[in-house]
Amino acid sequence: MTQKFTLDGVLIPFEDGETVMQAATRAGKFIPHLCYHPEFKPHGSCKLCTVKVNGRQAAACTLHVSSGMVVENNTEELNAERRALTQMLFVEGNHFCPSCEKSGNCQLQATAYHLGMMSPHYDHFFPSRPVDASHADFFIDFNRCILCSLCVRASRDVDKKNIFALSGRGIKTHLIVNAASGRLADTDFSLADKAAQVCPVGVILHKRQGFAVPIGERTYDKAAISAQHEPIAEEALK
Amino acid sequence: MNSPVKKKLKVATTSLAGCFGCHMSLLDIDERLFTLLEHIEFDRSPLTDIKEVSPDCDIGIIEGGLCNAENVHVLREFRKHCKILIALGACAVNGGLPAQRNHLPLTTILEEVYHTSPGLANGMIPNDPELPLPLNQVHPIHEVVKIDYSIPGCPPSGDAIWKVLTDLLAGREPTLDHDLMHYD
Amino acid sequence: MSAPALAEIVEGVATRYRRDPVNLLQILREIQEACDWLPPAAIDQLQHLLDVPRTKIEGVAGFYSFFYTQPRGRYRILFSDNITDRMQGNQALIRQFCENLWIEPGKTSEDGLVSVESTSCTGMCDQGPALLVNNRAIPRLSATRIGEIAELIRNKTPLAEWPADYFAVDNNIRRADILLASTMPPGDALRAARSRTPSDGVKASNTRSWREGLPSGMSGPSAMLDEIKRANLRGRGGAGFTTGLKWEACRNAPLKAGQQRFVVCNADEGEPGTFKDRVLLTAQADLVIEGMTVAAYVIGAEQGFIYLRGEYRYLLDSLNAVLERRRRDNLLGANILGIPGADFDITIHLGAGAYVCGEESALIESLEGKRGTPRNRPPFPVTNGYLDQPTIVNNVETFAAAALIALNGGEWYAAIGTAHSAGTKILSVSGDCQRPGIYEYPFGVSIRQVLEDCGASATQAVQVSGPSGVCVGVDEFERRICFEDIPTAGAFMIFDQGRDMFEVARNFVHFFQHESCGFCTPCRVGTSLLVNMMDKLHNGQGSRYDFNEIEKLNLLLQATSHCGLGHTACNPVLDTIAKFRPAYEKRMAHDQFEPAFDLDRALSQARQMTGRDDAGAHIPALATDMGESA
Repeated sequence: MTQKFTLDGVLIPFEDGETVMQAATRAGKFIPHLCYHPEFKPHGSCKLCTVKVNGRQAAACTLHVSSGMVVENNTEELNAERRALTQMLFVEGNHFCPSCEKSGNCQLQATAYHLGMMSPHYDHFFPSRPVDASHADFFIDFNRCILCSLCVRASRDVDKKNIFALSGRGIKTHLIVNAASGRLADTDFSLADKAAQVCPVGVILHKRQGFAVPIGERTYDKAAISAQHEPIAEEALK
Repeated sequence: MNSPVKKKLKVATTSLAGCFGCHMSLLDIDERLFTLLEHIEFDRSPLTDIKEVSPDCDIGIIEGGLCNAENVHVLREFRKHCKILIALGACAVNGGLPAQRNHLPLTTILEEVYHTSPGLANGMIPNDPELPLPLNQVHPIHEVVKIDYSIPGCPPSGDAIWKVLTDLLAGREPTLDHDLMHYD
Repeated sequence: MSAPALAEIVEGVATRYRRDPVNLLQILREIQEACDWLPPAAIDQLQHLLDVPRTKIEGVAGFYSFFYTQPRGRYRILFSDNITDRMQGNQALIRQFCENLWIEPGKTSEDGLVSVESTSCTGMCDQGPALLVNNRAIPRLSATRIGEIAELIRNKTPLAEWPADYFAVDNNIRRADILLASTMPPGDALRAARSRTPSDGVKASNTRSWREGLPSGMSGPSAMLDEIKRANLRGRGGAGFTTGLKWEACRNAPLKAGQQRFVVCNADEGEPGTFKDRVLLTAQADLVIEGMTVAAYVIGAEQGFIYLRGEYRYLLDSLNAVLERRRRDNLLGANILGIPGADFDITIHLGAGAYVCGEESALIESLEGKRGTPRNRPPFPVTNGYLDQPTIVNNVETFAAAALIALNGGEWYAAIGTAHSAGTKILSVSGDCQRPGIYEYPFGVSIRQVLEDCGASATQAVQVSGPSGVCVGVDEFERRICFEDIPTAGAFMIFDQGRDMFEVARNFVHFFQHESCGFCTPCRVGTSLLVNMMDKLHNGQGSRYDFNEIEKLNLLLQATSHCGLGHTACNPVLDTIAKFRPAYEKRMAHDQFEPAFDLDRALSQARQMTGRDDAGAHIPALATDMGESA
């Protein structure tokens, strides 16, 4: 790896075809993200990973690095934009952390902590969204969905089941499941599915497992999300 | 001492649609309360039992969201009389637990609670003019008046409250580090 | 409809489209045309016929405004709700219509007869207000016409028996130049293209002929590409990318085994205030199709598509007739002009109510039978377009111009217009003027000239290129329509001094919110927040705080959105703030922050349930609450 680019003033090596996110992660640099997951094809919808290249904003998860590129990441300007995007996600859905099983292990929450989000700032939409408790092993709480589509991608690309998809448009975009009834119980979703593991927030939840880890010992109680991201294994980059 | 004795900042607090848990957390700053009291004095607050907020308050601290007409009235009084308003805790910040009724029409809720709930005999919806009427939806306080600072948490820890207050007293923009920042 | 009848329809439509999920949009459209909506049973059946998960079908059906997964009325009325429709009084007509038929907007009548909703601009701004009934356009609405339509619906008169003149759409060509005045006989441009040989001018980077199978030694295609480059033709969709470069990149893109190149005509004319493609496809369809065929000749494509917006469904039959005639005349199909191996044909793909599909990568997704979400770029369509194969997407007007360049040569074309904007531009003029309609000018015409020609007076502002374009004030009327100054996709909406520019911007903000695809956070949530804030100002709840928030939000949208829709959604607001600030100032009714909702109304349900109406059962407006009322 002789090619290098600059991230926040530091020279970072990269390989052909890598994105800014991949190269940064490998080098141990944290770029906030929600819809990005190293095992899936990035699509750049949440825009939390917005970085600045040559004065223009771009999503780090889909932007391919080129030699000599100068990328700004951890700046007050970008973090303010990311904070506003995070606030948008909070007011768009119904995010009541104290009563959420995912609290303490939630990437949305941890990212908001990282960005110093003290309040949701905007007026809340308080949408009316149902909870699907039909499945024997899972709940789906649509109130918390941030439309990252990781479950969609996992079910389609790994599980080969296509259990999840997005329907609707604009602010009415919503997650649907692959059953005429619309109920998860009427799909072949199972504990072994990759899609059961990838939800970054508290939408797809294992039944009978809520609040298993005491406060203080949960994933993001122990350390900030920025200190916890794992450098990507070489394999996943291919 | 070459500077004149600084006037103590007047601080008022209240709990709207909250559980007083945030006020309990305020007391959790423990012996630092004494240090705090060197810089501030409490005006209207559950701690003082003063009923009306004085017109010259420096800081108002609001626990809880808005679930009824009285909450709105008190919040407006605070906004009018306090230079700085702070939203304290999850319910003030985003409506919190009470706001989880927001997907239900209030009519359905009142019907359920006072008419059709099992075990009720001749239930009726209270209509005494003394009682504040509930709002159609619960709102966080920043949706009704301008809020200057927020302290998240359910409740925020005593340390978090201490940090924000001392930041403010020192004239710094309040921030919370990872160990003090939580929404639950 | 009985279950067996439905099953037969679904089976028939799916079979006609080879049970290929790439045709999902057309399949859903045809089923809906037969059934009035998309019943769950049809989706059940389709998932088996097409061998796709039902999530895919529901995902697509849920994306497009014109697909209904809930029953709608047998008469489905969509009122066009562009700002020009509003200026022409559509709100009163909607109210009259609803009162006439005892229905509420957004709801279907209890007997299932009729539903009424609003839709984004239907491209009839020069003859509005307009509506669509079951996707057929009715322009020139009046109170009388609305009454008649309500009567026809009440009597359940089949649409086919409605007076034909209701559906007559005028071209209103007020100024014709090279495109609209062209009398070129079909085929002449192709023959001219074929006869061209490489010249000493700009050289295309290779000399591959129409497609790999053509006899070697034929150098017409590269010579034709030279002419396009020499003409300095730039895309007419608004962005102005150099057409020659686009075609060359596609032509040079490597093909993997089994791949081919595609020519796509973007007739998804969704920008509010734009209707020139409608007129081109009506008055000069041959010219457009010939331009597509020239493009196919240059890049070596066998298949072309016209992506026609759903609002122009009524043009489908006439366009298909033109395609059929051209096939008969050996101008489309196999061995065009008798050249062995020169095969090219065109299919019309109808959209279904999604402005974002005018963005070329979203358009391609839609062509592939998917949700119209813009792709990440690079790679660009010229290398990875339709079905991941090299594809050019050009505007209707670009293709028409290309045909004339084939006929008359690049130098002839480059001599028209300005230094950096060759040729002519067709403007769709609407709003406050005496002669709204279609005006074709050489590039470089001033705003003032257009205003004079169309009979506009006391003009306050012109929205050039639609909501995503630029709002031009009086002191800018000397500015010119050209890529060097004000580029445009064609819309030219005129507002006189009686118009409230804040309301204009608010209408546009609603448009963008309705049309946001929902893929990225800033556009999905941000356009909704923006609507709420603009509505808050409109409702008299605004203060400087909200004004500042609106400005901040617009900058965020501009910086972080995924595609042009989000980037430009803030243009109308930022422009009108900069140029018509008093329109905003007067909306800041309060010194202090006010809630966006009416506090007293927020007690309405409690008052209803308790029967209370005493003073304590109300929340007074702030001043009296504070005891400060005078």
